[in-house]
Amino acid sequence: MTGLLITLGKILAVFTVTMLTVAYLTLLERKVCAYIQLRKGPNRVGPWGLFQPIADGLKFVFKEDFVPAGANRALHAVAPVLAMAPALTTCAVIPFGSTLPMFGGEVNMIIADLSIGVLFVFAIGSLSVYGLITGGWASNNKYALFGALRAGAQMISYEITLGLAIIPIIMATGSLRLSDIVAYQGAHPWFMIVQPLGFLLFVVASFAETNRLPFDIPEAEPELVAGYHTEYSSMKFAGFYMGEYAAMITAAALIVTLFCGGYHLPWLENLNFFKEHATLLGLLHIGTFLAKMGICLFGFIWVRWSLPRFRYDQLMKLGWKVLLPLGLINILIYGLFTLKDSI
Amino acid sequence: MMFCSIPDIYSSGSYLPVLLLLGLTVTFAVAMVVISRFVGRRILTKAKRTPYECGMTPVGAARERFPIKFYLIALLFVVFDIEVVFLYPWALQCKKLGLFGLVEMGIFMLLLLGGYLYILGSGALELDRGKIDDDPFGEGL
Repeated sequence: MTGLLITLGKILAVFTVTMLTVAYLTLLERKVCAYIQLRKGPNRVGPWGLFQPIADGLKFVFKEDFVPAGANRALHAVAPVLAMAPALTTCAVIPFGSTLPMFGGEVNMIIADLSIGVLFVFAIGSLSVYGLITGGWASNNKYALFGALRAGAQMISYEITLGLAIIPIIMATGSLRLSDIVAYQGAHPWFMIVQPLGFLLFVVASFAETNRLPFDIPEAEPELVAGYHTEYSSMKFAGFYMGEYAAMITAAALIVTLFCGGYHLPWLENLNFFKEHATLLGLLHIGTFLAKMGICLFGFIWVRWSLPRFRYDQLMKLGWKVLLPLGLINILIYGLFTLKDSI
Repeated sequence: MMFCSIPDIYSSGSYLPVLLLLGLTVTFAVAMVVISRFVGRRILTKAKRTPYECGMTPVGAARERFPIKFYLIALLFVVFDIEVVFLYPWALQCKKLGLFGLVEMGIFMLLLLGGYLYILGSGALELDRGKIDDDPFGEGL
């Protein structure tokens, strides 16, 4: 019984934190964008615009939910669910802390420590492409259809790079379990330092996979209005919007977990002080993870407001002709490097 | 430790927590869609229901034919994603398999490299211009 309660507690905590991060990420995005452009950004609703996400949410709820003529009504309603649910479910296998002593035992700070963690992330994470395709096709709008086609082609193209970039990590750790990968980085240098090429490939592919600028071709405003969600309004639109931000959070969490040492904070966590205070160490790990994720998310926003957009054929060329061969070369180099003793 | 008494099904290695989280997220997303259906005002006019096409009356059906290259990309994705999937078991065991495994994987990759070069040569990835015979107006995408 305790186990079930703890699991439910962890699920609720992760879900709430993710949803709050989604809400305040939208505010952060607008604030950072504003300061990059020498503006103030939202500052009327609460101090520093802190209640802006709540106001936005309320406004979404009371907006008219309309479906264009000739649209497939059922699919039009299902699409936001398909786009949002996978992005949020992926959080289940990400270790957001080590352990916290609670209820007379040690509680792992991970919802499900699956032995196939990495595969789970890719399997579930890539499902959200169905949401975009369904939404675009069901809308009975040309812009939406083209946006959906581009989104589909882009996401499946960069998924190959995403898969290739982490193979050297699996070679080094010999495990698909994300907690093993984090533990390995606690004892060895972070993969960001050991495998800079893999890190670069993974980050670029993550940007493309989450449809963020410079790769936001599926919803490029000047050519496609709003891409696959042109005909969406009210909370259905909010579903796509939140799905996008949730995918960004998952991508940041993955970058931290796979390449930046997860919850580990070098040197500081080995202090004798933390050996005596297990609770403080657990909290330090959670704090470290959240801080690293925050830096990553800021990076996502920073890049978005600094770089211009690629052209569609340039994007596909980059994916297939540059990143794919680089990913394979990266694996071969790392393979020779690991096995140089046995040769 | 007290934790030893907890049945395995709730421990963090099982899939039950994943299902619970999936249930929660799907419920949340469905609730959002349902709320928007009932809370917001709905005043539908004929003009409002027209699919958006920059203010013009829509021309023709929206579900048009689209360039075959998207289909080609999907096919290529299947081939190369399967290559990636084949690499995973080897990557897990790569230290045990040693040089033998690396050479075998190298041969596998070389075979696929042949296919990759063929794709490059056939112009399947040239998204900016269509091949002359199937795209006479050179519209590409």
